[in-house]
Amino acid sequence: MAQRFKTNLKWSDVTPRADFLNRRQVMAGMGAAGLIAASPVSAKIATVASEYSSSEKPNSLKDISNYNNFYEFGTGKGDPAKYAGRLTVDPWSVKIDGMVDKPGTYDLADLTKGMTMEERIYRFRCVEAWAMVIPWVGFELSSLLQRVGVQSGAKYIAFETLERPDEMIGQQSRTIPWPYREGLRMDEAMNPLTILATGLYGDDLPKQNGAPLRLVVPWKYGFKSIKSIVRITATNKQPETSWNMINAREYGFYSNVNPTVDHPRWSQASERKIGGLIAKRQETLMFNGYEEEVAGLYKGMDLKKNY
Amino acid sequence: MFDPIQTINQTARKIPAWSLYFLGLVPVSFLVFQLFAGNLGVDPVKRLEHELGEIALQLLIAGLAITPLRTKLGINLIKFRRAIGLLAFAYVAMHLAVWLFLDMQLLLTQILKDIVKRWYITIGMLGFALMIPLAITSNNLSLRKLGGARWRNLHKLTYGAALAGGLHYVILVKGWQVEPMIYLGIIIVLLGLRLPQLRRLKLA
Repeated sequence: MAQRFKTNLKWSDVTPRADFLNRRQVMAGMGAAGLIAASPVSAKIATVASEYSSSEKPNSLKDISNYNNFYEFGTGKGDPAKYAGRLTVDPWSVKIDGMVDKPGTYDLADLTKGMTMEERIYRFRCVEAWAMVIPWVGFELSSLLQRVGVQSGAKYIAFETLERPDEMIGQQSRTIPWPYREGLRMDEAMNPLTILATGLYGDDLPKQNGAPLRLVVPWKYGFKSIKSIVRITATNKQPETSWNMINAREYGFYSNVNPTVDHPRWSQASERKIGGLIAKRQETLMFNGYEEEVAGLYKGMDLKKNY
Repeated sequence: MFDPIQTINQTARKIPAWSLYFLGLVPVSFLVFQLFAGNLGVDPVKRLEHELGEIALQLLIAGLAITPLRTKLGINLIKFRRAIGLLAFAYVAMHLAVWLFLDMQLLLTQILKDIVKRWYITIGMLGFALMIPLAITSNNLSLRKLGGARWRNLHKLTYGAALAGGLHYVILVKGWQVEPMIYLGIIIVLLGLRLPQLRRLKLA
């Protein structure tokens, strides 16, 4: 089981009941409109609420599933929704290798069996300076890492996305050296905020959002949250990460959300909160608002150098 | 015998140049209609911003194509060039306005920092600045006052503006993407076609 952080947040600090009920109504409305295949209100995946959930109102499923980056399906933000349909997500297996006690190729169902599925309503911040609030369904990465037994010398966890160009048509052009790669330092991987998501809004992840299994690291820019994972490796070397390989000056290994460290292409001081006719510009928060939970991981580090 | 070039020239003669201004308003009207109909997707402001910028680039390319079309193919569309240029300026101005008001929401300090620090914004602003004297002098009075030679020299700023627009798009996107490269490629080719002419000027 996950080792929980001590936090001074109380249950009363979490989603106010009115908001929660309101969210339920929104979901019921979507069910009625046929947007959620499952029967009204009762979600397909049984989840428990989480103390780590944001009290902010989540973006609509339509926003979340029609506007995102997943270059495996094209570089436009509507491309993933348009082209992800042909992706086969069942069967799905994940190869776990490197410095672990129980390496192997695991069927997804075996990996998730017995995991406590939580609803985690997280703030999401793209490096392109837009933001959303997303109700993920998932479990802590640390639970999986403990299950497979990470060895003591391992310092990093590396991840890889599926490479299947006949289904992922974006992979037919070389925008990124495929497969997409990402990585975390061990303490980042073990942090309770870091989850592997299998769902969204109480239902399976839409394919365009990284089905059937994706990483979510809410205090880092979105591209760190690698999608459609097929490989997880424990290693003692800092892994190569895709955007860093393409342009190291712009995309660091850490890529923590930080309003004071400017990206050459975008100011990170503010962000556009997607939703409505005109996305409202708001100030970007240190570590995307998760400073209390994660600032300790980077104590003594120069975040301007380690961007 | 059917001569396509002559047909184009004959048809062009019948179309008054002013009709282009009305035609040029169609895309922006359509976009505004789509905006309020909720058909511009999840992030309508960005979409509007990008569409306006892309139309501006297309108009700049159309303007640059007029001379080579005449010299290489004998297609004469020169009477439309002023309208095309002014429309390009209008679309660049609208693209900029959407960025300032709807995207940046007039966060002045951040806007100024962005213009100085971010190459694609610096280059985009430069392109816009180059187009201002062109827009101001795109009338018969200015042409008469400046005289043909000086007016033509001034309007070579178009080359810089188009190049700035193409570069702005290429640098703006993440990684190397195909579409912006195509736009920049076309602009470079259209400018390259003018090289022999420029060389001749130097020799003279």
